[in-house]
Amino acid sequence: MSIARPVVRTGGLVAENKEAMNPSLSQTARKEGAPSFWSLTWSTLAKDIRLEWRSKDALNAMIFFSLLVVVIFSFSFDPNAEESRAIAGGLIWVAFLFASIVALNQTWARELRNQVLDAYRVSPAPPTSLFLAKALGNFILVTVLEAVMAPLFIAFYNLRALGPAWQLIPVAVLATWALVVNGTFFAAMSLRTRSREIMLPLLLFPISIPAVQSMVEATRIILMGDGSARFDIVLLLTYDVVFTTASLGLFETVLHAE
Amino acid sequence: MNSVKFLIAAYVATWLIHGTYIGSLARHYAKFKQQMKEMGKK
Amino acid sequence: MKRLFPIFSILTAGLLVFAFYQAIWVAPTERTMGEVQRIFYYHVPSAWTAFLLFFINFLASLQFLANAKPSTQRAARWTVIAIGVLGAIAPYVPAVQSQLPAGLYPSSVATTALLIPAIYLLIGKFFSDQALDMLALTAAEVGVIFCSVVLVTGPIWARPVWGIWWTWDLRLTTTLVLWLIYVSYLVLRRFSDSAQTPKLAAVLAVFGALDIPLVYFSIWFFRTQHPQPVIGGGGSIDPRMMRVLLINWLAFSCLAALVCSARFRLEKLKRQVEEAQALESLLGSGESATQSKAQLPLSRGQQ
Repeated sequence: MSIARPVVRTGGLVAENKEAMNPSLSQTARKEGAPSFWSLTWSTLAKDIRLEWRSKDALNAMIFFSLLVVVIFSFSFDPNAEESRAIAGGLIWVAFLFASIVALNQTWARELRNQVLDAYRVSPAPPTSLFLAKALGNFILVTVLEAVMAPLFIAFYNLRALGPAWQLIPVAVLATWALVVNGTFFAAMSLRTRSREIMLPLLLFPISIPAVQSMVEATRIILMGDGSARFDIVLLLTYDVVFTTASLGLFETVLHAE
Repeated sequence: MNSVKFLIAAYVATWLIHGTYIGSLARHYAKFKQQMKEMGKK
Repeated sequence: MKRLFPIFSILTAGLLVFAFYQAIWVAPTERTMGEVQRIFYYHVPSAWTAFLLFFINFLASLQFLANAKPSTQRAARWTVIAIGVLGAIAPYVPAVQSQLPAGLYPSSVATTALLIPAIYLLIGKFFSDQALDMLALTAAEVGVIFCSVVLVTGPIWARPVWGIWWTWDLRLTTTLVLWLIYVSYLVLRRFSDSAQTPKLAAVLAVFGALDIPLVYFSIWFFRTQHPQPVIGGGGSIDPRMMRVLLINWLAFSCLAALVCSARFRLEKLKRQVEEAQALESLLGSGESATQSKAQLPLSRGQQ
């Protein structure tokens, strides 16, 4: 079976996918045998981004969802008070965590149509490249969400970082990856369960507690400007390294389990 | 002396949890035994 | 095994009654906390038992995953042995010894480290394949029960002593998160009914176990209100209290072993029933159509 086949059929939109398919990949696959790990990752990632770009379903849903969270939370306390700065970090990340569930749930569900996932299973492509592509796709999606929502948060909650604001960037990158890497993994895991949409948060949230704790704490420290967020950043980094390794190591088991 | 009430509450709660769990195990066990017997008859 | 079960149950019941008597009447009353301190004899042994069970769940799940291929099986076994040996030697190296927190003895660290390969190899000797998965499930479920006891007795003790039911300190939060992780493990097992459930559950168990140290360190920064670990901690515990505590621990460990063996047998029976049902419906469909239709509601309803 040629490797290019699952790429062609992915998404189930055969007509549209003709141009979505990466022609250079199919040629290398036919001429030189196996394409490299990164070209496989890239082709899956490009396909996913293209599909999302055409519909923008997930992105719109996520943005609207986190907007609703912002507005609803503003009714439960006074957003202009000085104390709001202390809880803004928690609020932002909880909104992103809930919103990212939307993206994570559709990651693999999309591939179930037309048995694309079965094609992935039988293809000789390494499962880790597939996982990496999916995780990176979700990472990009959630990053875009954050980029759109961050100005809104700042405006609505009247935020101003008292600490070193540049540190928010590494915190955001590490935190987003922390949510997304486990989320992608557990989404694949809950694929074969009953009522999988609700299974994902049930599996993901308990495991994510240390990551959420440190991303919220780091954001709070930076916004309040009290002390150094170094410990939390290191912890986030450790979390990312540990779970990226574990996910890459165990993804094959999960993919082949049905 | 109020603290004795808490002591009793904690001990009762402990055994309530264990008792409920062991009870549920026994119920399931009986159910499966029954099913096994029914299938054996056929 | 079947004949041993009633004998072991009677022994455990006797031990529990004896431990109860010791905890209520023999152990001295604590000076500042008073009678309520006796909750401690149920709370602490339950916590130890729960942690041990979660640990067994992790090692059984790990072994279940590793046994899929002979190469990983060997690699996992040697890694675990290496961890045990390193952990046993390291605390006696002066450079490492000076880094240990006060009250944590090198001997206790070494014993814990040696327990890892010991339990791993013991599990591997007596359980294989499906039995490993059943052991993991059993340990997680009974562990959650014991952890629930910890989480219920804890606040009951805290209310009269601290004046609050709950505080988000290191140990309380870690225990709660531990409980949440293993409940989500059980939820996954409940919601997933394919033949691959054991594999998925084992993967989740490994993820959960990796998460626990991170949970611990992420909450580490918070000020801790919990009494410092009494065992290997300050060393200020009355020896008579210690004795009662150990008796209670033994009694609750026996209870845990008893409940685990019952749960294990239940799971075995459940799988036998499911297998028989699958076989029956398979044979039934081969026979006449009317007969297989008559059997269908029965085999559906029993799930």
